[in-house]
Amino acid sequence: MPSSFPPGDPAPPDGSLPASALQGMPQRPFSVYLHVPFCRVRCGYCDFNTYTLPELDDAAAPQGYLASAHAEIELAGEVLRQADPPPVSTVFVGGGTPTLLPATDLGSLVAAVRGRWGLAEDAEVTTEANPDTITPAVAEQLAGAGFTRVSVGMQSSVPHVLRTLDRTHDPAGVAGAVEALRDAGLQVSLDLIYGTPGESLADWRASLEAVVALRPDHVSAYALVVEPGTRLHGQVRRGEVPAPEDDDEADKYELAEELLGGAGYGWYEISNWARSPGRRCRHNLAYWQGADWWGVGPGAHSHVGGVRWWNVKHPRAYADRLGSGQSPAHAREVLGPGERHDERVLLGVRLADGLPVEDLRPAGRRAVAGLVADGLLEGRAAVRGRAVLTLRGRLLADTVVHRLV
Amino acid sequence: MPQPASTPPGVIRNFCIIAHIDHGKSTLADRMLQVTGVVGERQMRAQYLDRMDIERERGITIKSQAVRMPWTAPEGAQSSSGGAAGGGAPRTYILNMIDTPGHVDFTYEVSRSLAACEGAVLLVDAAQGIEAQTLANLYLAMENDLTIIPVLNKIDLPSAQPEKYAEEIAGLIGCDPTDVLRVSGKTGEGVPELLDRIVAEIPAPVGDADAPARAMIFDSVYDTYRGVVTYVRVVDGSLSPRERIAMMSTKATHELLEIGAISPEPAPTQGLGVGEVGYLITGVKDVRQSKVGDTVTGERRQATQPLGGYHDPRPMVFSGLFPIDGSDYPILRDALDKLKLNDAALVYEPETSGALGFGFRVGFLGMLHLEIVRERLEREFNLDLISTLPNVSYDVRLDDGSELEVTNPSEFPAGKIASITEPVVRGTILAPSEFIGAIMELCQSRRGTLLGMDYLSPERVELRYTLPLAEIVFDFFDALKSRTRGYASLDYEPSGDQEADLVKVDILLQGDTVDAFSAIVHRDKAYAYGVQMAGKLKELIPRQQFEVPVQAAIGSRVIARETIRAIRKDVLAKCYGGDISRKRKLLEKQKEGKKRMKMVGSVEVPQEAFIAALSQDGSGAEIAKSKK
Repeated sequence: MPSSFPPGDPAPPDGSLPASALQGMPQRPFSVYLHVPFCRVRCGYCDFNTYTLPELDDAAAPQGYLASAHAEIELAGEVLRQADPPPVSTVFVGGGTPTLLPATDLGSLVAAVRGRWGLAEDAEVTTEANPDTITPAVAEQLAGAGFTRVSVGMQSSVPHVLRTLDRTHDPAGVAGAVEALRDAGLQVSLDLIYGTPGESLADWRASLEAVVALRPDHVSAYALVVEPGTRLHGQVRRGEVPAPEDDDEADKYELAEELLGGAGYGWYEISNWARSPGRRCRHNLAYWQGADWWGVGPGAHSHVGGVRWWNVKHPRAYADRLGSGQSPAHAREVLGPGERHDERVLLGVRLADGLPVEDLRPAGRRAVAGLVADGLLEGRAAVRGRAVLTLRGRLLADTVVHRLV
Repeated sequence: MPQPASTPPGVIRNFCIIAHIDHGKSTLADRMLQVTGVVGERQMRAQYLDRMDIERERGITIKSQAVRMPWTAPEGAQSSSGGAAGGGAPRTYILNMIDTPGHVDFTYEVSRSLAACEGAVLLVDAAQGIEAQTLANLYLAMENDLTIIPVLNKIDLPSAQPEKYAEEIAGLIGCDPTDVLRVSGKTGEGVPELLDRIVAEIPAPVGDADAPARAMIFDSVYDTYRGVVTYVRVVDGSLSPRERIAMMSTKATHELLEIGAISPEPAPTQGLGVGEVGYLITGVKDVRQSKVGDTVTGERRQATQPLGGYHDPRPMVFSGLFPIDGSDYPILRDALDKLKLNDAALVYEPETSGALGFGFRVGFLGMLHLEIVRERLEREFNLDLISTLPNVSYDVRLDDGSELEVTNPSEFPAGKIASITEPVVRGTILAPSEFIGAIMELCQSRRGTLLGMDYLSPERVELRYTLPLAEIVFDFFDALKSRTRGYASLDYEPSGDQEADLVKVDILLQGDTVDAFSAIVHRDKAYAYGVQMAGKLKELIPRQQFEVPVQAAIGSRVIARETIRAIRKDVLAKCYGGDISRKRKLLEKQKEGKKRMKMVGSVEVPQEAFIAALSQDGSGAEIAKSKK
């Protein structure tokens, strides 16, 4: 999640939700996100809500955090009790570096979710992991704790790029981690970052080829964004490292599509490719399809029935809220129909399935033909009544969204 | 004490203070009010010092235009012109202190204020020496045969160098350095001596008391409650209450609702006689009906010959003013109508720009006038404005013999041009001598011709140039300041016309001319302007979905070209649960931003790009770019 929150309305101390949000919950898919806000070192580019252990006191540090997270799951259970949510279809543990915690602790959180709402039979349960935290033993423990999928923060296979990103893992170790996870029966996603200052097109090609060689089930590739407040932002501002350049990132995106597509990975969202439709990340699809999810943990965002809220950021404040029986929500917003429409468009258009043209407002529908003419939307999909981005359109998705909303 | 309307001219002394903006004129004036007893000590602090704050904040003089002060000079004081003061006994004199506008653009107004006086106090900061503007006004005063009393102010400052600057002044006006008075407006030191000098040296006014009335208007101010207040100096005859007066330039007659003098507040009097200074209120609502320089006479017994020196204010610099928010147009129109009531030099007419929408073409006396008007419009009427590059007025003669006046690049004829004349000015630049080379280089590059150069002192030099006014209105001040580390000062006055080889450079975006960026420039500079503008716009205009050529052209001939490459990527790669609200809010903000986009053909140009491209300091470019 980003380091700065959007402005919002006050959230009620008991965490209660408007009846309108709870209505119809049993018919909608329900997911849970668990945020683990710890890292061994803080990377210079990262603006996620994460802390190194020396920054935190006991209540905020891992044991205290686990107790608070369990307390929030309890609170969520109470808030949603009347709504009768369905069994949880996906769980995603993100961070931070979730695997800094013992797999048994992560497992206890998954167990708590299961105990509260039940897990769907085919539930997808993912955790993020740093490659150097994955051993065959850890992989076995994660599988044993109910995880089905691990998203590995590989970022790059090129040592100087990893150094610029402050990543400490040995790129040679990624293969071992992938093998361990696969042996434990887990699906594997490899996450990459492109556009790092100093990364050449050849460096990026090397990373993509390394990924393809490892045959993961799923690949995410994100353009580096220099977020205000990060160390990298300061370095760019002072001219110590060059700022990422849009044209360079466009070249790299096109190369990713070429190499991943050539290796049999199909894009299903702007930054995500899967070896088959069954290996898409269903948790992330839930975000883009407007599903309900509860985000547990400091700074975590949630969405239920058109209400979005986000928790206080600091683990200490988070622990204090839950310790005194209060909701950790910092603020929330209740979306109106116009806002929900805009979100449907801006999220839906990012997907390979696109969005139904008939869901657009009249002005948006009228814009479709022009977007096809400009080479931003697929003509054949448009004829079938769906707005689907072309490769060029994927890179200019913001322009497309502006014209569709 | 002599009363207005019955004061013998022999005891009157009319003077003004010539000074640079922060050389302490207001402080000295306040001290004179205090020393002469016109304002009490408590009143001074409570009232006059407060007023000074407003004045300082606005940077323009809002003080009393002419104050009448009694002063009893000691035995022996007598006017050098002889007159009634001889005899040696202490005697009460009437000193009229007439304010002068201190701006480079208001030479004409200054000349009228000077014409109302017989003498001038030349006030120079003892720590800074004389500035170009002061020098220009000093020359003006000397040309008007005014008696000059040289004074160094702020002698209490530790950094004061009275010897050095007394020498400089002495060299300028041809007196002995010991004749230069030393005062401190702050402590009051030397002020009584200065008042004595004014009585002793400045001639008494001379006029024919029996002739038909003739009074010169030296200022005219609009007051919300009273209408126009007209400040006059009576030359011949007298004006009295309840008579009708006539303006000699327009023949218009007005009832005199009030006549009076200021000491220190306006107070009605029995009239004003020869040599006296005061104000008239006639109930007119527009300063154009009471023009500076005009001659007031009586309706029944009219003078036949107006006082010399009157002319209509003539705008020299033109610029388009456009509200950034198009719906503010009526507010801008009303605001200009209001400012016009108090600014006889302000002229404007509606203008429509393809790029900037509805606005006004406004004529100004000069760059400072432009800045003051713009600032007042923005501050007093809460308007956000874009102003186009200022230009001067050109006389264009076509091959077919017809002539036209061009004050806007859009009026520049496309047909065969036989000749173009442009206004030129005579510029005076004062600077430390180490900057001579830099200044000459600048003036050279601005098509200047050196008229002469004089050392005021071993370290300070005066350079005189003729320059095309068009070159001055185009960031000349800024260039001069940056090349002289802020030490140079400049003054200029109109000095005729010259023929010049001028062309109109158009700027095209994807083949469409953007009228707001067209400029009339010298042929030798057309290329530089084209390259600079095209380069600026390339930086300022966000990349579009297609490649956008930016061209500069003279007629159909392209002289410079840049290309804004097509945008390839605008999407943020990552959009997960915690990003959605932020992303949606960004979208909403960008939708708002779209409303501030102007379409030039099919190219979207943000308002900020227009503002930055039209700003002369170049700093706007960075701001707009970082906003992308």
